[in-house]
Formats: sequence, structure tokens, C-alpha cells
Amino acid sequence: MDEIRIGVFVCHCGTNIAGFVDVASIEEYVKTLPHVVFTQRNLYTCSETGLLAIKNGIKENNLNRVIVAACTPRTHEPLFRGICSEMGLNPYFFEFVNIREQCSWVHQKEKEKATSKARDLVRMGVARAALLEPLEKFQIDVEPSTLIIGGGISGMSAASVLANQGFHVIIVEKDTELGGQLRNLHRLYPGDMDSQKMLSIREEILKNPKIEVHISSKIKNIDGYIGNFDITVLKGEKEIKFGVGTIIVATGTDVLKPKGLYNYDGKKVITQKELELLFKENQFNSKNIVMIQCVGSRNEERPYCSSICCMTAMKNARVIKEKNPDAEVFILNRDIYTSGTYQEEFYREARKMGVIFTRYNESKLPQVTEDSVIYYNESLKEDVEIKYDLVVLSTPLVTYHEESKKLSKMLKVPLDEFGFFLEAHVKLRPVDFSNDGIFVCGTCKWPANVPESISQGYAAASRVTRIISKDTFTVEGATAWIDQEKCIACEICLKKCPYKAITRDEEDRVIVRTVLCKCCGVCSTTCPEHAIDIRHYKDNQVESQITALLEEGEWIE
Amino acid sequence: MTESKSESEKEFEPKILGFLCNWCSYAGADLAGVSRNQYPPNVRVIRLMCSGRVDPNFVIDALIKGADGILILGCHLGDCHYGEGNYEAQANYKMVDKLLKFVKLDNRVTLDWVSAAEGTYFAKIVTDFTNKIRSLGPSPLSKKSNPSIEIQLKMKAVKQVVYNPRIRKLVGRERNITLNENVYEEIIDKDEFDLLLNETLEAEYVRNQIYFHLEESPKSVKEISNKMGIDKKIIFEQLLVLRQRSLIDLSEIKGYSPVYKVKK
Repeated sequence: MDEIRIGVFVCHCGTNIAGFVDVASIEEYVKTLPHVVFTQRNLYTCSETGLLAIKNGIKENNLNRVIVAACTPRTHEPLFRGICSEMGLNPYFFEFVNIREQCSWVHQKEKEKATSKARDLVRMGVARAALLEPLEKFQIDVEPSTLIIGGGISGMSAASVLANQGFHVIIVEKDTELGGQLRNLHRLYPGDMDSQKMLSIREEILKNPKIEVHISSKIKNIDGYIGNFDITVLKGEKEIKFGVGTIIVATGTDVLKPKGLYNYDGKKVITQKELELLFKENQFNSKNIVMIQCVGSRNEERPYCSSICCMTAMKNARVIKEKNPDAEVFILNRDIYTSGTYQEEFYREARKMGVIFTRYNESKLPQVTEDSVIYYNESLKEDVEIKYDLVVLSTPLVTYHEESKKLSKMLKVPLDEFGFFLEAHVKLRPVDFSNDGIFVCGTCKWPANVPESISQGYAAASRVTRIISKDTFTVEGATAWIDQEKCIACEICLKKCPYKAITRDEEDRVIVRTVLCKCCGVCSTTCPEHAIDIRHYKDNQVESQITALLEEGEWIE
Repeated sequence: MTESKSESEKEFEPKILGFLCNWCSYAGADLAGVSRNQYPPNVRVIRLMCSGRVDPNFVIDALIKGADGILILGCHLGDCHYGEGNYEAQANYKMVDKLLKFVKLDNRVTLDWVSAAEGTYFAKIVTDFTNKIRSLGPSPLSKKSNPSIEIQLKMKAVKQVVYNPRIRKLVGRERNITLNENVYEEIIDKDEFDLLLNETLEAEYVRNQIYFHLEESPKSVKEISNKMGIDKKIIFEQLLVLRQRSLIDLSEIKGYSPVYKVKK
């Protein structure tokens, strides 16, 4: 092995570091550490001058490890790694020591102690740098196409955006036609639009030569990884196989059928979805209507709020009132959820139109009898009876649990306890899965209305574009690695890996599919035989830092 | 005399090692920096990708090398960048904590959650933990304390336990068998698992201690029992296990009592 030649660049960061840490003494100290052959101080290491200094430093001193003692690796690490690459040095031979966020900024009144801490941190960095290993980032080819699972409004929105940008899109829909739940709706809130008008996007989709639609089809198998997924679709009896670069999950939800609740019979006691069907077929002629909210939701079994039912009930109540102002419409609710600029106004208008909102208590649910609804009125402190000729139950959106489960296993993505797909991060990555190349939009993620489903479809499409607009995708070089000599194939790691990156190869050995690995390191800490190590965060690298900290150098005395 | 002692206690600056995950707690520490939240300069940080990467080995290793305290920080439960890495960290921590109770070092290691938005909270955790360790005084393993041979031997046993494949397998499977089902389609109750883990840890810890005592010099059951302050019956049971595993051997019979030695 070549002699280890470490160069350490200590950054002043203007006065950000130099003002609170004695950087000159740090430089002097670093010179005494093993393998360090070159040191330099820079006013701003990340500036043009600073970067040039690193380049010259590498060139003139034949450095094969570079350490920058400056700020947090979370921002500038890619920059300095890039400089190393430019100079022909493997980027993983770069080590960042944070003496700003970790030191000068947080110990501003204790210069001596801060300097001592900075010395320790740099010493730990030098120890680690000596053990760093070169790693290769590799490029994988990306097929410029997308599979969209589910042809509802969210999936169709994503498809049209992607196809209009020239990408090949394949929609797999399990039903006999596109449209999803939108087909069952009468009018849409907000904006009081006819759902048929919205559905016209279907013709656009079917006409688009870039979009391939498979109806009455189901996903049978998904294999591969970002850029190269292998899909098997079951269309009737026929199997279709194709490859795509990315996947969008837009499988949507169903509306709960309230079997056994409030004497639901589908005739005199129906759901909002069935009411909309009556509207559509012009068969609605009831005069005394009672709607009950939160049927089968916000309870122990399904604690979530379906978020669309309040508005749906109001929208339908208004349709009734528009048809027949003399009709009596009661909305029995636990509370009304109208967020945003538009919805509260909608609610006030409904009240003005004569829709009666009245509250029931969760502990005393309303009773539906042959011809009346009896509920306990909190204000009157007594039971109130309302005669009806139609009861409409507002039931929540529920997932296609079994199918979602199967799909989540094929895709290796998580579901929450109710069967909704779980995104990578609720705020930072709302339409991504943590697995690369797979995205999610629409109600399969959480109950959403039509505008929300469309925006999510657009969002997912834009995330997909980021990947398929390039020919290749770069995979991180730091991954887990299994020592076959030590591995006993207990498969604990196989179950632990959140990315299902660990699998068996043809020879039945347990291996890491490096393309899928994200370097979290959980497999390594649970490996009973210590057979798994995490590249760039190897056991000996971490241990060298511990040793350098506790057994070498001085600590504040 | 007492005055100078209290003064040296005042001067005690704990050495604390921090393991921070890249995505939440390290970012939280960055935010503490950007916000200029001041905290004591006693913690030295090692950045790892996930709190689930913190191998129990690292923790024990650092304690043996004299760290006064160890702080493990990850993302809040449910917020892990990798999904459930912090739950793994929790399982590992629980094991380490139980084990360190045997040597009364458990209050020197802590696991907590800091999000990328909690700079102030990060500063608070570091401050509180530093103060706590300061009040505990130097670790019995730190060079300052001149560690006794007994504690060193005990820690050697602890290190063996966390390195032991059986223990790692048990901890590695904890979440799987208490949340999902095992191969016999049973779900193990969490309390039941805890009991099992406790028993296994203690047995393994005692066995390793016996082994290291015998490594020093061959001893009889009574001698080991006296050294460790543990009932002879327990020592005998564990000696049998060690013999079964061919780790120790009979050395000689002294009077009526057998003397054991380590198998080379």
C-alpha cells in the first residue's frame, strides 16, 4: 500500500471560526499528528482561492487524503469531494471535520476549551482519514418511462404531464375503464363543476400516443430497481412484460360500505356515494333527508378523519336544496371540518340555504328507526326525533387493504396501519417513497379531494422527471458489504433492511444489492457474526475515532 | 484536605462522546450552531448515517477507554430517514442499558431524539447531560479514577456479552418476534421478551466473568463464588455450561473440591 499522505486545511471562515478558536495553534497541533504531511490555513476554504489552495496542495505534496476542518459536512461535503475528484483523488478519501457548528459557534465564550475541542475533533478526523478506503460511485442506465398503477384522476394527471413532456407512460388500471372514483361523483367541490367535464381528461389520455393504457389489468410482479424495473402485468389470462425506469403508485381508495351500521340497506339508508348515483341517474325525489357524518370513521377502529366527507355532505345537501328548496336536510355531525379560504364560505352558504347542522355526541350515537332518526341534542339535553324518507351516511375513504398489501410487498414500500401508503417524509418528501424511483400520489396515500389528488399527481410527475430526464442515475458508493467467510446466512439482516437491498444470489449466498443500499448500517449492528461492514462508516473507522479521542492527545484538564 | 477535594471535583470536565445520526440529530446540532445556542464544550461528536448504526460494541469500547458519558441521538420515532433505524437503536440501547446496570454504569449512557428543527433542544440535551455526568464524577474506568482490576474484568465480560452472537441474534430478532410472529406463528409478549433478555444477559455476563477469573488462575467453585459475591449454586450451573461449550476444563481436585481452568 502507498504511504498515507494527509493534507489538512484549517478554515478561518472569516471570523466565524478564527474569532472563537485559535486556528494557528490548531495548525501547529495538526502538524504533529501521524501521516500529516501538509497543513494550511485558509480564510475561506470554500472560496475560489481556498479550492485552488486544495488543488495545489494535492498536486505539490502528492496528497492522498484531504481533510478540511471547517463547517458542517451536510452542506459543503459534495463541493470538496468534487475538488478531490477533479485532482484524480477518489472522493471518498476526503474527510470533513466540523469545527464551526460543532465548536466555534456554540462555545463562543470559551476560546481555550473550544480550541481544545477542535484539536480533539481534528485528531479524530486524521485517525479516520488514515483508514478511509476508495469507493466507486456508479452509474446505472435509466429507462425513460414510467409505470402508473391506477388510472384515477391522480394517476391520469401525472400521466398527462409526463406524456406531454415526451416520456413514455404506461397506465395499469384494474377496472374496465379509466376514471376511478371520479366516475361515481355527480358534482365536484370546490367550484361546483360537473364531474363529467373533469373526466374528459380520459379522452386526452386515450388519444395520446405516448400513453399506453392497460385496463382490467393487475400487477403480478415487480422486480429490479430505479431505472430498470421489470414489470409483469396480468391482463385477463394474458401476461404482459415490460421494463420501466420509474413507478408511480396511484391506486386510490374505496368508500366504506357501512354494513350493519345505522340500519344501512342501500335503499332508504344509503351512502353519499350512492346518493350521487341517484343524482346522476335523476332518480332522486326524497323530501326529508338526514345525513349522518363520521360513520365508521374517527372511532376506535378507524381513528382517522377522512377529510372529504364534511364537504361532500354539504355539497350534496346544496344540490338537494337547489333541486327542491322545500326539502328538509339535516346534517348530524360531530363537528364540521371546513379549512381553507373557500370551504368555510361554502358552509355558511349551505346554512343560508336552509341546511340544518346539528351535533350529536360520540358517546351517544344517533338511532335510525323505521321512519325516524333519534339523536341526543346536547343543547336541549334531550332526545330529538327527526322523520325521514332518506338517510345518507357519510362514510370514509378506506384502502383496498389486501391489494395494497400485495403491492407494498412487491414494491418493498411501507403501508401505515390502515393500509395507506407511507411516504418517505411527510414534509420533506411528500410524494416520494424512501426507495429510489418509486413515487406515490392521490388518495392511496391519505384521503384527499380532487384538487389535492391532481396536485399530488403533478408533484409525483415532476419528481419522476428529475430521474427519467437523464440517461443515467448515480448510485452512492458507500454501502453495506458482507464478508462471505463470516456470514452464516441467518437472514436477520435480510428482514432488517428497510430497502430490501439484502437478498440471496443464485448461489444462495446472502448478498447486498448495492444499487438499493442506502448505507443506514442497521444490518451491520444486528449481524450476530459481525460479517457486515458499512463502507465509509466501517467498524474500524469508527473505532479509530473513539481511540483517537480517548486514548491519544490531551483532554481539557 | 476536604477543601482541595471539592476543588478538584469542581474542575472535573467530563469526557463525553456523542453518536449523532446524519439526518436529524446532526442537523439539529448544526441548527444549534447557526442559532448560536451555547452549550458546554464537553461533547465530541461522531457522525453516523443512522442511530441504528451505533453498534453496542462502540458504546462499550468507548466506556472501557474511559469516556465519562455517551450520548446517542437519533431522529424522533416515526421520523427516521430510513424508516425504523431508530427503533433498532432503541432495541440495542435497551440491551446495553440492562447490561450496564450490572456494572452500575447505566446512567452514563443515554439515548434521545432530536429533530433537524430542534437546535435549542439539542443544546439543552447536551447541557443537561454534561451537568448530569459532571455531578456523577469521573467514570470508574477513566484514567483519572485508576480503574480497579475488578471493574476492568467486569467490563471485559460486558464487552464479550455485546460481542456474543447469541445476544446479537436475540436483540436483532426482538422487533420481529414481538411485533410480527416467529416461525411457529407465535407473537412473543414484550414483557416476556424482556424477562428472557434479562435472564440471558445476566447468565452470559456471569459466565464471562467466571471465564476471565479462571483465565487469571485456576479456581474452585467456592473461590469464584467468593471473588464474585455470587451464590455457589449459580456459579456451578454456569461452570457446567462453560464446560459443555468446551471453554473450561477440570484442572485438579483439591481435597474434595474440583478446581477449574480455562481450556487453551
